[in-house]
Amino acid sequence: MAIVTPDTTADKYDVIVVGSGAAGGQSAYTLTMDGARVLMIEAGRNYDPRSETPMFQTNDTAPLRGVGTPDKPFGYFDATIDGGWSVPGEPYTNASTEKGREFKWWRARMLGGRTNHWGRISLRNGPYDFKPRSRDGLGFDWPISYEDVAPYYDKVEMLVGIYGTNEGLENTPNSPDGVLLPPPRARIGELLARQRGRTLGIPVIAAHRAVLSRALDHASLPAKLHPGNAMAQRVLAEDMQNRAACFWATPCGRGCSIRANYQSTTVHIPPAMATGNLDIVASAMAREVTVDADGRATGVTYIDKATGKEHRASARVVVLAASACESARLLLNSKSAVFPNGLANSSGLVGRYIMDTVGASWGGHIPLLENLPPHNEDGAGGGHVYTPWWLYKEQLAGKLGFARGYHVEFETGRGMPQGYGGYGEDEGGRTSYGARLKEEARRNYGAYVSFTGRGEMIPNADSYCEVDPKVVDKWGIPVLRFNWKWSEHEIRQVAHMQRTFADWLSAMGCTSKKQPGSDGSKAIEPGGSIIHEVGGTIMGSSSSTSVTNSWSQAWDVRNIFVADGGVFASNADKNPTLTIMALAWRTADRILDQMKRGNI
Amino acid sequence: MSTPDPQRIDRRLAIKWIVAAGAGAALIRVRPLRADGAAAAPGSPAPAQAGYGTDPGLMKPYKPGDFWPLTFTDAERREAAALCDVIIPAEAGSPSASSIGVADFVDEWVSAPYPDNVRDRRTVIDGLAWLDGESTRRFGAGFAEATQAQREALCADISAEAPKDTEPGKASRFFRKFRDLVAAGYYTTPAGMKDLGYVGNVPLAKFDGPPADLVARLGLTDEVRW
Repeated sequence: MAIVTPDTTADKYDVIVVGSGAAGGQSAYTLTMDGARVLMIEAGRNYDPRSETPMFQTNDTAPLRGVGTPDKPFGYFDATIDGGWSVPGEPYTNASTEKGREFKWWRARMLGGRTNHWGRISLRNGPYDFKPRSRDGLGFDWPISYEDVAPYYDKVEMLVGIYGTNEGLENTPNSPDGVLLPPPRARIGELLARQRGRTLGIPVIAAHRAVLSRALDHASLPAKLHPGNAMAQRVLAEDMQNRAACFWATPCGRGCSIRANYQSTTVHIPPAMATGNLDIVASAMAREVTVDADGRATGVTYIDKATGKEHRASARVVVLAASACESARLLLNSKSAVFPNGLANSSGLVGRYIMDTVGASWGGHIPLLENLPPHNEDGAGGGHVYTPWWLYKEQLAGKLGFARGYHVEFETGRGMPQGYGGYGEDEGGRTSYGARLKEEARRNYGAYVSFTGRGEMIPNADSYCEVDPKVVDKWGIPVLRFNWKWSEHEIRQVAHMQRTFADWLSAMGCTSKKQPGSDGSKAIEPGGSIIHEVGGTIMGSSSSTSVTNSWSQAWDVRNIFVADGGVFASNADKNPTLTIMALAWRTADRILDQMKRGNI
Repeated sequence: MSTPDPQRIDRRLAIKWIVAAGAGAALIRVRPLRADGAAAAPGSPAPAQAGYGTDPGLMKPYKPGDFWPLTFTDAERREAAALCDVIIPAEAGSPSASSIGVADFVDEWVSAPYPDNVRDRRTVIDGLAWLDGESTRRFGAGFAEATQAQREALCADISAEAPKDTEPGKASRFFRKFRDLVAAGYYTTPAGMKDLGYVGNVPLAKFDGPPADLVARLGLTDEVRW
């Protein structure tokens, strides 16, 4: 089995997986390692990071010095293919153009999807994060708890390779001993932030990122991950040996040709292919999940983008892993006599309760970091430290004016210059040039620190996606229309971020007179722009209040499962990818179990 | 024809701006791009003509002119090179901007079909024309033909103004834009990165973190926990 065309797919599969990112990759991995025959349908083209990643290219060899353009919004060398905030021929719409009501939707049409370029930050949800309503009366509890997911966090961390430390902080779970890889040393600006953060009561600990700080232990991990499964152990042991440890160079956003970081295409898909149980049909845009007269899913129809022709694939089970909003779209567009309002939508909640992460940043110049001796700070291609939310008690006591927390990511150091670094603009507005500009550039390079807040948004009834009644994409498939609204909790949270960051910069010696305003609505990034959108097929404990059950299984159609972030009933400040993978593994285990029992 | 003293020049006469359109804020990124940052809004207008597309071959080295034709005339190229070298002159150990192709980058930038570039094209092309005319008015020679001292005198005058929408502010805004482009073009080359002290982009067997003596000098030794 391999990359196939619509004409060479098998007549029937055990499982069709729609999508190939964190959710689709993990689903396909778990299913094929246990012998299930899987067809993966991917809307973008095939992609191989081993041969397509620009690892050491400098920006002067890229058009426009590599800066972002509408064609490549995160820069020329960013791994994203045929994607960004807009995808040609595949629009989406917003119901309102009002400020604060806009939603931005980042897509990547390529094998592996957005995992090829993501930030690799891999944080576990904590116990509070699964039961937020029980804690503060807002949003929804999940029908599962941290204890249900913890074994899967362990497995994913062992498979993927996550660096970090165990600090035992509140709602910031430890991993079992030996699971995490050692973190890289902190950079000089990160050390300074830790020291000065302490004066403000702010902890700074090792980041958790999906980068191999050393090679994975191929001798012991496969047996831990696949006990009693000789085929899976053999395949994984061999594949792990083909992943090199990080060589501390090149930004992770470009992807990784040596497979040192997590992408679905570096970790999940290669071993899944090696089992012989995975077929992938690429450039295939799913249109509809088909059902029989009894309301059971029978397969998926899709457009072959090369020919524009529609094809159909059949399977016992359909796993939606197309991303939260794309999976909701697929369900809403799967209308039939049995399901006139869209599939799995008897609750009317498909597309509802979309959440993103709350984002805002503040940065400044730190004179203490001027004129440092040249030294290599590339490191692991992303942050080496971060700050988990630290004010749980104050928040619970009602002292903060907003209900949920945020974590802090840092940008410091002497990374590869991307463009002009902001030096040479003195307070009087004079534009530096000549020998003075060169001196300022040398002095100030590496002295800029910025803090980025990543906070929890509470689901609300005004933030949802629906099928646009008028607009279709180039394949004739109705597109999504987004509705968005922040609550006061998010707005106040952002104001707190900005104030905290400005105080922190001052404690680090920043002398800038520029201060953030107190109105969070001016600083909050638009909905969707943090690219952590989840919800839309939320899981719950009853079919009237949720789309999926505690196994991510559609209440209405027992052989449809949602493996992506759509099932999230809350969106903790922790970046969603690790939790998506843990839940996808758990769901795949459930599918295997239910198939063996003949229940699906 | 006498040469006016730039310190005494009447700015209302000296800095007559001809560009009507706003040049906007600096469009070169002021921070490294990140995988979860915000960028262009959805539904941003597609380039009027083709850019490099959404799936360019990233492994192929690129040269200015590969994706879209360049703009500068020979005279503009000479003037841009002269201005590049006032902004980033050669020093012991580091080359001038024009000697490592930065004027070609500016040309590439203003020739690109994307909205930011189209906006900057007007600013830069009109700005170069204005600068040449101003140099001729003051010194009897276009900017490329003027002496280094004359070029520096003119730039000192322009850059003393804050970039804004007033008449003298517009000249300053052109200068700021051109300066930003030159700095971006220069500090992304190997020579420019070396001048900044960027020493990364090389594979390492292990990552050592900052030098111990630097950590000690900043009083951060106790912060090193792993």
